[in-house]
Amino acid sequence: MWVRSTMTYRASFVLMTIGNCVAGGLDFLAILLMFSHIDALGGFTLPEVALLYGATCTSFGLADLILGNAERVGQRVRDGTFDTLLVRPVPVLAQVAADRFALRRLGRTSQGLVVLGWGAASADVAWTPLKALFLLVTVVAGTAIFCAVFLAGAAFQFWAADASEVANSFTYGGVTLLQYPPTVFAQDLVRGVTFVVPLAFVNWLPVLRLLGRDDPLHLPGWVSLCGPLVAVLLLMLTGLVWRAGLRSYRSTGS
Amino acid sequence: MRLYAAVAVSGFRRHATYRMATAAGVFTNTVFGFILAYTFIALWDERPHLGGYDRGQALTFVWVGQALLAAVSLLGGGFEQELQTRIRNGDIAIDLYRPADLQLWWLSADLGRAAFQLLGRGVVPLTAGALCFELTLPGDPLRWLLFLCAVTLAVVVGFALRFLLALCAFWLLDGDGVIMIGQLLCVFFSGTLLPLTVFPGAFADVAQALPWSAVLQVPVDVLIGRYAGAGLAGALGFQAGWAAVLLALGRLTQARATRKAVVQGG
Repeated sequence: MWVRSTMTYRASFVLMTIGNCVAGGLDFLAILLMFSHIDALGGFTLPEVALLYGATCTSFGLADLILGNAERVGQRVRDGTFDTLLVRPVPVLAQVAADRFALRRLGRTSQGLVVLGWGAASADVAWTPLKALFLLVTVVAGTAIFCAVFLAGAAFQFWAADASEVANSFTYGGVTLLQYPPTVFAQDLVRGVTFVVPLAFVNWLPVLRLLGRDDPLHLPGWVSLCGPLVAVLLLMLTGLVWRAGLRSYRSTGS
Repeated sequence: MRLYAAVAVSGFRRHATYRMATAAGVFTNTVFGFILAYTFIALWDERPHLGGYDRGQALTFVWVGQALLAAVSLLGGGFEQELQTRIRNGDIAIDLYRPADLQLWWLSADLGRAAFQLLGRGVVPLTAGALCFELTLPGDPLRWLLFLCAVTLAVVVGFALRFLLALCAFWLLDGDGVIMIGQLLCVFFSGTLLPLTVFPGAFADVAQALPWSAVLQVPVDVLIGRYAGAGLAGALGFQAGWAAVLLALGRLTQARATRKAVVQGG
C-alpha cells in the first residue's frame, strides 16, 4: 500500500530516490575529497576504505529499508495512534516495519553496493568462492545487527516517547563510524563497539580478516567469523526488549 | 514589531518544551562530534595545515559544527515541512488572512527556535569537545560577540533558503523531494562534511561563494579567527548580502504564489 501511495507523487519519488542515493554518496564523496590530499587514512588505502564503507552502507541500507521506519514508533506512542496497530490482527512488529514502507530507501543500498563492488575489485584481496561467500554472509549478518539496533531504538521509545534521536547516535552514528578504519579511533571507542554495542561485527572484524590485517584489539582470529552468531543473539535480545516495551505501553491519556 | 517578538518568544518556548528530545539531540551531537573529531585527527596527522587549519582549528571546526547543527538547521529545522503541510491542506489561506506578514512570521518563529537550540543543543557538545580535545577557542569576549552576530546571520540565510524550498509546495504539492535535495546541498556546501577550504582548487572558491557557506563555514571561521579587520567586515557583509538577496527572492516568490493559490472549497 505504501509503495503504491509513494508512487502517486512520481516526481517526488524520483527526487527522493536520487536524494537517498546522493545522501549516502555524500559521505563517500567526503572520503574521496580526503583522499585527494592523502594516500592512506589510519594506514588504510582508498580501496580498503571503500570495502569497509561499501559493506556498512549496504547492510545499513537494507536494515533501513526493513526497519528504518521503526523510529515512527515514538510519534505514534506520543499521539496515541499506536493503538491502531494493536487492534489489527497482524503482528505489531510487521506493521511497524510496513508503516510508511519506503522503497526509495533502496537508494542507499544500491550506492553501497557500487562502492562495495569497486572496493572488492581494487583492494588487494585474492578472491576465492569461499571469501565471496564470507562477504555475502557478512553483509547479511550486518543487516541483522543494524535491524536489532533499529528495533532496540524503537523499543526505547515506549519509555521515552520524544527521544528518538538517541537511536540516531547508534544507527547513523554507527554507520558513520564504521565507514572509517578502526585504527582512526581511540582504543576505548573500538572496545565499546566490539563488546558493548557489537557494531564491529558489521564490517570491521570480517573485512580486516579479508584484507589479512590484524584487528586493533588483537582478538583471536575466530572472533571475526562470529558475525552471524552475534546477529542472532542480538536479535533475540532486542526482541525481548521490544516485547517488554510493548507490555509496558500505556496509551496516551491514561 | 511587538507581534513578531511575541512570535519569536513562542518559538523559543515551543522548542524548550521537549526536554527529552533536547537531551537526546545533545547526546547525538556529542557522539557525532567524537566520531568526526577522530577522523579529522587522522586526516590532519597525515597532512598538517590542510585547508589552512592547524589541528586545533580543525577540531574546533568539528565541535562548533556540531554545536551549531540544530541552531542553523544544517539538517533542516522542521518549519519547512510544517509550512508545506499548511500549503497542501489549505490552512495557508488562514495564514494569509492574518494581519501579519507570512515571511516575517515564520522568520520570527525560526529565530526563536534557533535561540533555544543554540543554548539547549549548542553549549553542552561544545563544552564536551573543549574538555576532551584541544580546541582553539578565543579568550576575547569581542570575538565571541562577533561570532554570535555571524550565527544570527547564518540562521537568517538558512531560513531564507528553506523558505524558498517550502514555497515550492504551491506548485508541486508534495515537496518532500525538493526539501531533501535542499538539505543535501546544505550539508555538502556548508562545510558540514569537510571545511570548504579543503575542497580542491577552483571548486573550493565556488563553494565558498555560494550561500550555504554563510550558514556554517563563515561563522566557524569568524570564531577561529581566520578574519581580521576589513576581512571580518567582508565576511559578515557576505552573509548579510546573501540574507538580503534570498529574503527578497522569497518575498517575490511569496507574492507570485499567493496570487496563484486556489484553496479547495472556494
